Amino acid sequence: MRQYEVTFIVDPVLSGDEIKSTAKTYEDMLTTEGSKIVNVDDMGLRQLAYPINKRSSGIYYTLEFAIESGDIIPKLELALRRDERIMRFLTIKLDKYGVKYNEDKRNGLIGKVVRKDKKDKKDRKDNRGSIRKEKPKPAPTPTISKTEEE
Amino acid sequence: MASRDDIKFLSNPNIGSRRKKYCRFKKFGIKHIDYKDADFLLQFINEQGKLLPRRITGNSLKYQKRVAVAVKRARHLAILPYVTDLLK
Repeated sequence: MRQYEVTFIVDPVLSGDEIKSTAKTYEDMLTTEGSKIVNVDDMGLRQLAYPINKRSSGIYYTLEFAIESGDIIPKLELALRRDERIMRFLTIKLDKYGVKYNEDKRNGLIGKVVRKDKKDKKDRKDNRGSIRKEKPKPAPTPTISKTEEE
Repeated sequence: MASRDDIKFLSNPNIGSRRKKYCRFKKFGIKHIDYKDADFLLQFINEQGKLLPRRITGNSLKYQKRVAVAVKRARHLAILPYVTDLLK
């Protein structure tokens, strides 16, 4: 049993129903071929980093599915390529860590961990900066007090 | 005259001692790099959207290669730009 993940960008010009039906057709196609849909992630309308087909935004969909053999992938990719409603797509095979990652993400475990790491790093950087700024200061102060006493 | 005992070093001894770089994937046990997570991948690219070298990020070779693959996948899906200016 192998797990795959296909992400595609749907044209945002289409109406809401059309967009949903687009995603549904590929879900149905996969289920009829005997695969098990693990998860469907609708990421919604997102700004593209660069224009594709003169569009600056797109609707992202991610289908995660498990299947015995990878024979369906060329069929799926051909269908995606022929579909004018799809602007881009990417299929990847998930290894065991990828499967676990997606599971954890669905259960809301991942986002927190990554953010924690980031915060730690920022805190450390802040501390480092403040230490460096503070340390040179105490050195001149004794000299000043000395002159005052004299 | 004030005692000079509190002045141990003429210059700050911390200057010049560099923080040891480490591979964050090994340290925090991150096994999978998600190409859809743009915020995370931003840490590994510069302002022009180019990949940062290992000598700056500190990644081990294994994970640097995976970061590179993830960034390339993100670029294909327009999550990250191929070329840009002032990304950060």
